[in-house]
Amino acid sequence: MTAATLTQNETRQVPKRRHKPFTWSQPLVYLIALVVVSVTIAPVLYVILGGFRSNRAITEAPAALPDPWIWSNYRNVITSERFWGQVLTSSVTAIGTTFVVVALGVSVAFVIARYDFKGRQAMYSLFAAGLLFPLTIAVLPLWIMLQQLGLLGSVWGLIIPQAAFALPTTVIILTPFLRAVPVELEEAAAIDGASKVGFFWRILLPLSGPGLVTVGVLAFVGSWNAYLLPLFVLAAGGVPVEQFTLPLGVQQFSTQYSSDTAGVLAFTSLAMIPALIFFLALERRIVSGLQGAVKG
Amino acid sequence: MSSQIEAGPAVETAGPAPAQGPARSRSRIRKRIEIAAFAGPALLVYVTFVFVPVVLAAYYSFFNWNGIGPLNRFIGIENYTRALSDPVFHNAIKNNFVIVGLSLLIQGPLALAIALLLNRRIRGRGVVRLLIFVPYVLSEVIAGLAWRLILQPHGPFDSLLERLGLEGLRQQWLADPKVALWVVFGVLTWKYLGLAIILLLAGLQGVPDELMEAAAIDGANWWQIQTRVTIPLLGPTIRIWAFLSIIGSLQLFDMVWILTQGGPLNSTHTMASYMVLYGLNRSQVGYGSAVAVILFVISLTVALLYQRFALRRDLAGALTSRTT
Repeated sequence: MTAATLTQNETRQVPKRRHKPFTWSQPLVYLIALVVVSVTIAPVLYVILGGFRSNRAITEAPAALPDPWIWSNYRNVITSERFWGQVLTSSVTAIGTTFVVVALGVSVAFVIARYDFKGRQAMYSLFAAGLLFPLTIAVLPLWIMLQQLGLLGSVWGLIIPQAAFALPTTVIILTPFLRAVPVELEEAAAIDGASKVGFFWRILLPLSGPGLVTVGVLAFVGSWNAYLLPLFVLAAGGVPVEQFTLPLGVQQFSTQYSSDTAGVLAFTSLAMIPALIFFLALERRIVSGLQGAVKG
Repeated sequence: MSSQIEAGPAVETAGPAPAQGPARSRSRIRKRIEIAAFAGPALLVYVTFVFVPVVLAAYYSFFNWNGIGPLNRFIGIENYTRALSDPVFHNAIKNNFVIVGLSLLIQGPLALAIALLLNRRIRGRGVVRLLIFVPYVLSEVIAGLAWRLILQPHGPFDSLLERLGLEGLRQQWLADPKVALWVVFGVLTWKYLGLAIILLLAGLQGVPDELMEAAAIDGANWWQIQTRVTIPLLGPTIRIWAFLSIIGSLQLFDMVWILTQGGPLNSTHTMASYMVLYGLNRSQVGYGSAVAVILFVISLTVALLYQRFALRRDLAGALTSRTT
């Protein structure tokens, strides 16, 4: 089986099976599933439930349920400017990164996939080589460079480098998508008077929707969870905490209020809720995107 | 960026039949403009923000530089000799490879076993899939902070051990140099095991039921079916997961920085956290850059060796075209 068939098979409908007789292996499977799920979820539940307790209760019985339920920790976070400022920064950065990387990525993938010119293969290899340059290696010079460009402390200082580092995966996933559209379609469009650019806008883009969603979700996830670059661009850039991204902000909050465990738990759980909702809704896209990313 | 783009051959393979005379040259110019307009911005951003910094890192690594003053104290390879003779950096490299090894030897088989057991139609399978994916979608920072609170002395984890009558196992989880790295690995396993299981389950859907049924008819038991039929067919998925895991382990930063900052007594540094410690916190940009270059060379070597010996079959053709 080649790697390419993986995604096809993943989306393939599995035919319904007839009812199977009971076997003893079945309860064992449920037990294992239960254990795995509990270990996975327990820390998350601890954080969420801990936010409903008082600091004294947490100290006295660290692993107990809320009794009584206290809403003040969550209320304090929800009414704080800091939290919403950070939600805003994270959202703007993630949406901006997604938009920039999809726009740049689909344009260059269009050229690589649909134009015949010398240097096309070289262009593709240039982007493929980018997979070997993670942000970690480039972050120090990037930091100096952003300082000189005056982008330190600005969301553009996050958006542009993040988009640049997401381009290799994006191009590698999108190029085959755009190439898969049959030449006949392009010829038919040309006969109907569409230019190549018109073909790109009216036919290619609508047809490559699923690919665009996949790369978009990957870029969004990467940006939303990013820590290293915001650490350099925002924290070391001297930005006030209200303009931090959430991961940076949560970390900063937990250092600043380290004695207020309940407050930290409430802040942490509110910070993970938007990500949880968004990503669980798009779980399949993320998985297929990750498979595609490594295959390329 | 237009210097990168050269005129293509006169005949377009995908497009209308080539026109004659001046119209033809006009269409060639038009094509060049289109290529430049569509590829130019991406190339510009990509080269400026990915390639230039990587090249600059190599350049800075030969200087004694704090990142602010003039870049004029050229010191040759001194940064490299310093890094390569620092026992803390040795330990950081070792830690990266310990995490790589433990991931492959513990997370891999564990995820495979769970995926094989879950690969059947059970009630609530969708919910299970969704829930084991939760740690992956959390950022490493949030996951790390949650675990730091859980593992703090007299925290919920210790109290749980106590209730289970295992108080003898209690440790200074993140403050004891002997156990801290293992704890970091444990938290990483919690965070990334779900992803491995999900990838493997997706791969398992590509293994036809008919094959397993045929093996069962031939008298193979469950164990034989898994080891002789299913796992070999999962090869590509396993190799891809392993590649992701190796590269991720070599670049590891966020989780270590949140859980331990490389401590206690430098016992949990990775190459990346060591780089940030010197490059950012101690303003030794030249030295940090040298560490970045070493990190790059190690990752590149491992990635190329891995591709050469393990991934070659899966990637054959993938780099040129995935549509065929």
